[in-house]
Amino acid sequence: MSDLVHLTIDGKPIEAPAGTLLIDAVRKYGIEIPAFCYYEGLALQAACRMCLVEVEKMPKLQTACTLPVAEGMVVRTETPVVADARKAMLELVLTNHPLDCPVCDKGGECELQDMTFRYGAGEGRFNETKQHIDEKQWSPVVFFDRPRCILCYRCVRICNEGMGVAALGIANRAVTSEIIPNEADHLNCDECGMCIDVCPVGALTSGPYRYKTRPWEMDHIATICAHCADGCKTTLGVRNNSIIRANNRDHSGLNGDFLCVKGRFAFDYGASQERLQTPLARVDGKLEPISWTRALKTIAAKFGEVRQRGGAFGVIGSNHTTNEENYYLQKFARQGLGTNNIDHHRTGDVITLIDALAGKGGQLATVEDIYNAPAVVVLGCDLSHQHPMLAYQLRANVRHHQAQIYPITPGPVREDNQATRSLRVDKGGEVEALGSLAAELKQAGGVVILYGDPVKGDAVRKLVDFGESLGVPVKYVALVDYSNSRGAIEMGLTPELLPGMTPSNTGGMRIGQMLASTDLDVLWVVGANPLKNRAALAGKPFLVVQDLFRTETAEQADIVLPAGSAYEKNGTVTNVCGQVQMLKKGIGAMGTKTDLDIFALLAKEMKLDLGPATPDALLAEIRTTVKGYDVVLAVLATGGAAMTGVNGPVAIDVPVDAIHSANDTMYTSGSISRYSKALTSLMEYPGELYSGKSK
Amino acid sequence: MLTPEERTEIEAEFPHYPNRKAVCIDAMKIVQKHRGWLSDEALDDIGELLGMSSTDLDGVATFYNLLFRRPVGRHVIYLCDSVSCWIMGGDQQRNHICKRLGIASGETTADGRFTLLPVVCLGACDHAPVMMVDQDTHRDLTPEKIDQILEQYD
Repeated sequence: MSDLVHLTIDGKPIEAPAGTLLIDAVRKYGIEIPAFCYYEGLALQAACRMCLVEVEKMPKLQTACTLPVAEGMVVRTETPVVADARKAMLELVLTNHPLDCPVCDKGGECELQDMTFRYGAGEGRFNETKQHIDEKQWSPVVFFDRPRCILCYRCVRICNEGMGVAALGIANRAVTSEIIPNEADHLNCDECGMCIDVCPVGALTSGPYRYKTRPWEMDHIATICAHCADGCKTTLGVRNNSIIRANNRDHSGLNGDFLCVKGRFAFDYGASQERLQTPLARVDGKLEPISWTRALKTIAAKFGEVRQRGGAFGVIGSNHTTNEENYYLQKFARQGLGTNNIDHHRTGDVITLIDALAGKGGQLATVEDIYNAPAVVVLGCDLSHQHPMLAYQLRANVRHHQAQIYPITPGPVREDNQATRSLRVDKGGEVEALGSLAAELKQAGGVVILYGDPVKGDAVRKLVDFGESLGVPVKYVALVDYSNSRGAIEMGLTPELLPGMTPSNTGGMRIGQMLASTDLDVLWVVGANPLKNRAALAGKPFLVVQDLFRTETAEQADIVLPAGSAYEKNGTVTNVCGQVQMLKKGIGAMGTKTDLDIFALLAKEMKLDLGPATPDALLAEIRTTVKGYDVVLAVLATGGAAMTGVNGPVAIDVPVDAIHSANDTMYTSGSISRYSKALTSLMEYPGELYSGKSK
Repeated sequence: MLTPEERTEIEAEFPHYPNRKAVCIDAMKIVQKHRGWLSDEALDDIGELLGMSSTDLDGVATFYNLLFRRPVGRHVIYLCDSVSCWIMGGDQQRNHICKRLGIASGETTADGRFTLLPVVCLGACDHAPVMMVDQDTHRDLTPEKIDQILEQYD
């Protein structure tokens, strides 16, 4: 495949690896061949005939989307003959098209509109009445308008190949052909909206987005999704300080075109009616609104008083806050409050992995590795539910590189459909079961192993021993739950570790101990909901909670501070693979402050000198002081993902009992997802989609 | 659930094709032979055996005239509604059939004897208008001839 082929396009000599499709080969040279049905990474369709080009010595026009480059080929992409052919195709495509661009959501970013404008098929020769079919709603988020559809099959292919769901098909024939959902009149699927994203026209439209705006009236802000740990890039469409749409508009980043249902539709949690807009304080047993000034003064006074008399603090950090916030919070706790009682909800055993790989280097897999590895093993995790983007990359790996995949899980998972072999084991028996795959994995020549929360402590060491014994390159991913679970560990939100996984060698309470303690004077909870499934605290500490909502924990608080969401702040987060990416503030929310601003104001109020507290300054500090985080700023600033190099040994006893994944499904992500109207509407929607059943 | 017979018959087709998906038309014909038509459940069952989604199968089933996604009568009349038959008076023949059977195109008689379906060209334009009843083609149709033909099917 690596042999270069030389050819001429529009008089320009170009070269491309043998086997490259013409349509892909020319793009690098700034030549665009238009196409509706061609979609990079999916099976070829050659249905739309828009990519027709003239090739010398070939009698008829050829479809560039199916034609591999050949030595000496002479191609012309824009001649009168080509333009005529494209114009004729457009005339046919538009036969029954309603031409309702003025009210169509796609207007302004429609490929059909652009092509018609370019080739001038403004007038058709058909006098017959256009066939009309009424629009259909297939789910709370997916609408289908048949007359606008050009039958490019992109949606059918992305659902089938990309998602492995196959909820869409084509019924009937010729002019009566129609896209159909799998349940006669509605969809039973992931509701990921990939079909809407790939639709080149306005045939598939998004429930939450439709008729809200024109694309050019929005600001497009590229940031990182706030839900799971995969770290998908998303472009927020912002108008009048509200997010109207999320899609990865330029297909850049780790996820390419992919977003799951949470990324695409659950950006609305921050706009929930239940969002806190003012600090609350407990007055006569009830939470009453107070001003920020009074709230901060009260907390600072209390913190100061407790510190003065040597009282006990407990600090619980978040899996969702930025690296900068986490770093500053641990500094606040350790230097400002003089406590090492700091923890967060741990969802996967990263620490043992880093320790077990000490001194080896380069064995932490990136998202790209999951797409490229010859073999991938998934241990104890329903990947399609908990890590939709990693599962998407895995399916792409199978499609494009024929990867061998091996899910080893307690129950059936979607990955089984493409698996070379699936193993069913009881929880905890995953690593044991791997032994039977040794020969196959050795043969494959390279393996990426993803493991969920059942694999922890000694099991991780055994896993790494197994990997070592294979004698082929093996890389690992410790699966964790949330957008910055990895960053919480690596920024020092545990009693055992300082930032950069440096052992603190100091004792400290973990979450469970803090909640059960009767000796704490202050408990400070930032962006976490530890009392979700628990009775009240054992003791009666002064409870300060920073959150977006009145969670179960906030209900018990003495003071609640309304915090900003991930879409309302700048900073960086570290994804499940350890890749750092930058958040960019999309909107502001009335009455709230970012967690970092809250920390800074409290520090000021308490007259603590903890250094500058802006995202930029803290990132600079992290990059220079935190082991493994000396990432290249330019990569982050340009929207890239920078791999961290946190390395062992990490000589501590990992408290494995404290590690529990929340086992979120495709439609949940801890406490925040329940405030998303879009997700809630999908959960109430009939069908199997929220039964947790993997297809 | 596919019956053991259906399954055996479908599996007997496997060696004739390079992969299982290619068996889908035969598989649907076999199930239709036993059940008369292809229900959603039937497609699910076939899909499971062939490793195809039911939407894929639905696409194939709705593409072909001889696969039924709804129950049909004991006999199916396919009346050509394409150009040559139309020029040769196909409309009148259709009206005659509809009147005689008391159904519209696409419907089944109350006694379940006939279903009338339009079809695009039966490849016998030189003898238009043409219809097919089950597997037999009938040419040069006139109302009288139609009456005679339909009498043969009960």
